[in-house]
Amino acid sequence: MSLVLVVLEQGAGKWHKMSWEAVAAGQQIAQQAGMSMASVVIGQGVAGMAAEVPGKVFAIEHALLEHYTADGYTAALAELIKAEQPALVIFPHTYQVRDFAPKLATRFGRVLISDVTQVKAAPGTVSFVRQLFQGKLNADVSGQGGVTFISVQAGSYRADQMVAAPAEVQVVTPALDASAIRQKPEAPFRESTRAVDLTAADIIVSVGRGIKEKDNIHLVEELAAAMGAELAASRPICDNGWLPMERQVGSSGQTVSPKVYMAIGISGAIQHLVGMKGAKTIVAINKDPNAPIFEVADYGICGDLFEVVPALIEEVKKARG
Amino acid sequence: MKIIVAIKQVPARDSQLKIQSGAQWIEEDDLTFEINEPDAYALEEALQLKEKHGGEVVALCLGPARAASTIREALAKGADRAIHISEESINGLDTLAVAKLLAGAIKSEAPDLVLTGLQSDDLGYGQAGVVLAELLGVPHATIIMQVSIEGGTLRVKRELEDGWFQFVTMPLPAVLTIQSGINKLRYATLMGIKKAKTKEIKVLSAADAGGAGTAVSTLDRVYVPLRTKVSTIFEGDAKSTAAQLVEKLKFEVRVL
Repeated sequence: MSLVLVVLEQGAGKWHKMSWEAVAAGQQIAQQAGMSMASVVIGQGVAGMAAEVPGKVFAIEHALLEHYTADGYTAALAELIKAEQPALVIFPHTYQVRDFAPKLATRFGRVLISDVTQVKAAPGTVSFVRQLFQGKLNADVSGQGGVTFISVQAGSYRADQMVAAPAEVQVVTPALDASAIRQKPEAPFRESTRAVDLTAADIIVSVGRGIKEKDNIHLVEELAAAMGAELAASRPICDNGWLPMERQVGSSGQTVSPKVYMAIGISGAIQHLVGMKGAKTIVAINKDPNAPIFEVADYGICGDLFEVVPALIEEVKKARG
Repeated sequence: MKIIVAIKQVPARDSQLKIQSGAQWIEEDDLTFEINEPDAYALEEALQLKEKHGGEVVALCLGPARAASTIREALAKGADRAIHISEESINGLDTLAVAKLLAGAIKSEAPDLVLTGLQSDDLGYGQAGVVLAELLGVPHATIIMQVSIEGGTLRVKRELEDGWFQFVTMPLPAVLTIQSGINKLRYATLMGIKKAKTKEIKVLSAADAGGAGTAVSTLDRVYVPLRTKVSTIFEGDAKSTAAQLVEKLKFEVRVL
């Protein structure tokens, strides 16, 4: 029976939460395609963590794997894949996976089908749905023969749908060569303690490229003030220094789930959506009717933000008396 | 120090996309094209490294004839010369094929450093740089926010998730994928645009670059995503839509 291998992610003994989404994906795909499934955890002294994983799980342990390196992880996983010959290898689409999984796939003459949102699996055939053009379009992609490597997008599979089972841990010790690990990582750090905790806000007014220039930021500041909201932004706004980095929402910024998230002039690239799609109510104001932000919006206004926002400020002030 | 920057030309960001009949790609005829944004930051980083350490910046672009405008722009901003792997049907190529062609063009150049953007705005696979490093047999690091070079050693700041960062060192030569926002982009000067006209653009065919090999993944169908969430889109002028939204926020969502 062919094997689906799911690669979990841990750092300093803590699970990356997307690991469980990848396990749920693996379980569902294995069942639909009539395949068996196993998981794999990589690090030093990770056998104990592996015991928390449902079903068959390989714990790849080595002193050289204590800290993540692209070279070390690639060599360790390549050895396991050669031995176990999976048909499909599933990763969570994390920053770390983006750093090494394409290299691993290349070693097998394959590509990583990255950032997959849906898997269409039936016995004998599997194809993968992924987004193009920052989420404006979808594409069906398939692998041609051999092992297929995919990474699944955050939120595409639900961790709470993972089926529990007792762990069967198998510890594996790869043959690693210290001189073949060329990256020397230093300890991770945070730039500064965050002065702004967006996660505590009930209402967030967030601004994107549509605001056009720094001098227009005051418009959304006024709206945020009128609504009693925290001000946030998509990445390009912070890159340009129009708002500080600590106000950034998205995969490289904060992940928020307020009662209301107002996305103003934000197109809704996936890197932004993963940071805010947990909001209870999403409002989108954008001039492009095809912007992906409208996909997740509960309420939308398709129009010029430079007309809509001033009107909103006035209406909000009226409503709050 | 020789730096190669791999750049891609993609449809302009606010393009209205139409799907081709046959659903294999989008209609390109009415689109305007521009440099892939993260690649613009990679180019800028290369130019700044050259200003600091001396040497040469070579822009490398795989793309159809239209990509020449993006290559000229890179030259106008300060790249010393360019290599254009001219291939009309790049949309059928998977990332391994793309990286093979880039690697084929890079090998004989023997650069000290290869930079590229962390992902493309069109396909968005985010892996050309990583695959390239493996094919060239050199180390790499991704999503880079700072680059420093001392002696033969590269020290870079990697962006991790959730506001975390990490410094990583590695020997040269190496490949880095650059994150948007790492630096401040420059504009081409009039002098730069003038100079660009005399700079060398070496045109290679796919065969010259060693060939793309057979596809190991295929793009089967392109389509507009089905809307899964039912949204209420307010109609009317600014004042009326604003009033309707505030009504909902006050009486249904109850946050005002």
